[in-house]
Amino acid sequence: MLPADLKRRTMTSIRNFSIIAHIDHGKSTLSDRLIQYAGLVEEREFRDQILDTMDIERERGITIKSQTVSLPYTNDQGESYELNLIDTPGHVDFSYEVSRALASCEGVLLLVDAAQGVEAQTIANLYAALEHDLTIIPVINKIDLPAADIDRVKEQIEIELGLDSESALLCSAKEGTGTGEILDAVTLRIPAPKGDPDKPLTALTFDAHYDSFRGTIVSCRVFDGAVRPGDAMRLMSNGRTYRVEEVGLFRLSREPRPALLAGEVGYLIAGIKTVSDTRIGDTITLDSDPAPAPLPGFKEVKPVVFSSIYPVASDDYPALVEALEKYKLNDAALVYQKDSSAALGQGFRCGFLGLLHLEIVQERLEREYNQSIIMTIPSVQYRFSLKDGGSVVIDNPQYYPDPVMIDKAEEPFVKASILIPDRYMGAVMNLCLDRRGVNPQYTYPTPGRIEVICDLPLAEIIYEFYDKLKTITQGYGSFDYDLAGYRESDLIKLDILVNGERIDALSMMIHRERSRPRALQICNRLKEEIPRHMFKIAIQGAIGGTIIARSTIPPFRKDVTAKCYGGDVTRKRKLLEKQKKGKKRMKMVGSIEIPQKAFVSVFHSEET
Amino acid sequence: MKKTENQPAGLYVHIPFCRVKCLYCDFYSITSTSATAEWLRALDQEAALYTDRFSSFDTLYLGGGTPTLLTEKELGHLVESLFGRFCFARDAEVTLEANPDDITAEKLHTCKELGFNRISLGVQSMDDRDLRFLGRRHTAGQAARAMDLIRNSGLSRFGIDLIYGLPAQTGTGWKKTLRKALAFSPDHVSCYQLTLSRGTRLWEMQEGGLISPLGEERERNLFLATSETLEEHGFAHYEVSNYARRGEPLHVCRHNLKYWERAPYLGLGPSAHSFRGNLRWWNHRSVAQYCQDLDQGRRPIHGNERLSEEQASLERLSLRLRTKAGIPIRELRGYEDSERVLPGLLRAGYLEVIEERAVPTREGFLVADRLPLLFL
Repeated sequence: MLPADLKRRTMTSIRNFSIIAHIDHGKSTLSDRLIQYAGLVEEREFRDQILDTMDIERERGITIKSQTVSLPYTNDQGESYELNLIDTPGHVDFSYEVSRALASCEGVLLLVDAAQGVEAQTIANLYAALEHDLTIIPVINKIDLPAADIDRVKEQIEIELGLDSESALLCSAKEGTGTGEILDAVTLRIPAPKGDPDKPLTALTFDAHYDSFRGTIVSCRVFDGAVRPGDAMRLMSNGRTYRVEEVGLFRLSREPRPALLAGEVGYLIAGIKTVSDTRIGDTITLDSDPAPAPLPGFKEVKPVVFSSIYPVASDDYPALVEALEKYKLNDAALVYQKDSSAALGQGFRCGFLGLLHLEIVQERLEREYNQSIIMTIPSVQYRFSLKDGGSVVIDNPQYYPDPVMIDKAEEPFVKASILIPDRYMGAVMNLCLDRRGVNPQYTYPTPGRIEVICDLPLAEIIYEFYDKLKTITQGYGSFDYDLAGYRESDLIKLDILVNGERIDALSMMIHRERSRPRALQICNRLKEEIPRHMFKIAIQGAIGGTIIARSTIPPFRKDVTAKCYGGDVTRKRKLLEKQKKGKKRMKMVGSIEIPQKAFVSVFHSEET
Repeated sequence: MKKTENQPAGLYVHIPFCRVKCLYCDFYSITSTSATAEWLRALDQEAALYTDRFSSFDTLYLGGGTPTLLTEKELGHLVESLFGRFCFARDAEVTLEANPDDITAEKLHTCKELGFNRISLGVQSMDDRDLRFLGRRHTAGQAARAMDLIRNSGLSRFGIDLIYGLPAQTGTGWKKTLRKALAFSPDHVSCYQLTLSRGTRLWEMQEGGLISPLGEERERNLFLATSETLEEHGFAHYEVSNYARRGEPLHVCRHNLKYWERAPYLGLGPSAHSFRGNLRWWNHRSVAQYCQDLDQGRRPIHGNERLSEEQASLERLSLRLRTKAGIPIRELRGYEDSERVLPGLLRAGYLEVIEERAVPTREGFLVADRLPLLFL
């Protein structure tokens, strides 16, 4: 046991903080600068954006899995601090993870791009920080840009965010200016954590990673008490207990410590096999001396977007099973269960936090686990009240109820907040209406800017909504949303038939209004992607027995080379070998060969 | 033991010289004849390198290029060399590919003396406009005279080559050519639909947008009309592009059959392909390289391949389905998908069963490049 005064002293030198920002406002670059300034890494080792370690993160410039780091910092007065920078994912798909990270902090750096100014996620992030009563330090980044307009941004901070713009710090994370001032402001303005090391342990799990040697590495913030190797710890959400093997701080790698004490942020290893055994937001306590109640705010993360994953070659199913199991070790948010399709064989129905999450899973399965997969058209969860009084929630069109039994169909809506310069008002309203938006409301946070608040069906925003918004507003529009319950909707099930045979993997639940254009689009895309056969192929979109769209693939009329002598045989055979290989990658539906890219081509609804 | 070793082999000799290059042709040839003597020596050396490997042949085919560019004397040397180095069956088919404007009564007489018993004449068209388009150096009149001479030469077998499906050719125009050519009673007709091959002038013209292919529907109609017309005139459509006058025996080109039946063949001369058992090899597409290798006592081989059992089956399937010989049903059963595919193809009329063999119909010939893939 440490003497009491040492515990206090330790606590007063700790600061726990996050950086919150709209996407692309420079959060990762600033994080890297702080790490570099604290001396954890030399200039020559300084790779761009140390915290974003996954390829996909680097390519897309976004943080998917957050990583936390403890920065030792000594100011000019010679006072030493332990600054825990808790990284947060930067996409709306991961807003719950963000909230748990913020719950582990006492303050945040609210980063605003000097050229872009305040955007929708800046505001959403600010609200989230305010909910947790955090100290907010506004930081204006990218002041080196020619387009930087510091006065305008200060005005926005004042008016739109209601913060004191005089307190805003200026920096250029790219050039490394203002970094010292930021670290000093963290020590001076953000309060030290409060907590009682002698109370029963409460530690908040805000992240978890999988390590193939050590099992799950839990990232946690200790509020009260202390945890040491050898302790029997308990997860309060499910009562499971584990023996703590190691605790420590996150430097660039893990640094073991004898204990994690109240106020500290660090990691904990306890032989937890998969990250799914831990839950973000769960409270860790000691089995021998449990806390009376868990920390507030825990909830189970629920997937909102669903799609089935199938191997391109049915033989690869066992490999897919293994890849998913491995992948799942590190992604607690992915849920999946067995699914099967007449067209695609055995596979899995998967639930994702959003379309970005889906795409990350898809890319990682393909790149890191070498899987060739087909994903079916994404769906949200629809609710059907049945005439017999029951109701069902369905995300898989295969389980669409018998239409005569449906009393009422409902689909999930979101409340979307879209922040734009007022000149884009017309275009954005058209987009919202086109996406079946209702109840638009407007606020004018600052002159020249409009916030459009609009109810939109979730199904309409999971596809390219944000991209479309960015395009029509030339990059100035920003967007955030919250789920806002179910509303009655005129839903139907759209089937795609190929020569009269329904391809179950292409069915979807969709609003009646949207069904015809979508059916037509699918018919045309399949016409492009399905090769010609010896016979005519009819592709049809159907609602029940009614055909609403069709296209036709003509048969081969002639396919034969005129000459075939000694010099032609090898070339001919090689072509045949190539065609044979191509055929193996096809899915047979009846007697029709459908290539993988036909399934891929219908995945997105937008014209590409 | 490979069963092909029991089949008699064919000998092909590629004569790589042309006076001018035809606009559609992608066979190897050069337009300078200055190396002819050197090439003839090299050919004799090449033949010598194979005397131990190929014991006897029952067909000889002199193709090209333009074999009739050789003088009677050169032709004599060549034939003498081949007959001296290899054994030929008594009833061997000995074919000379000929250009209409090279044919004279004397030349034909010499050829007969040399042992040729079959002429394959490159008529291509009986319309001068077509011939000009193709870049041929002869006229329809010359073709007619040549056919007359051959008919009267006493050479027992005589075939002609025709090309159809030219961009400016009408269906009627083609039928006229066909009718005119048939009037000379050839006993073998090869009708090749014009193919725009990479590396030819016509290909360049297509790339430049000057000509465009006819399109599947017209190509198909021309193919069907050709087959119908020739069948009416007493020809059997025995391979996609080949027709033989009916009779006992059928007047097929026995040499060409070897390619489709995967019988062994030896190809001498630049760019020639050879095949035996599971081996295939091919010579340099260069007279200079060819002569140089042989001068140094090396076989002038540019490349080779050893076929796996699977590759051999693949070739058998695709080649057999180009001819009326078809493929034994028993052999098709070996393919996983045949249970499903075969009945469909029979029902749709692409194949028919003749004596336990699946044989392509006229409609089947039209999609002969698709058929094998369906079983794979």
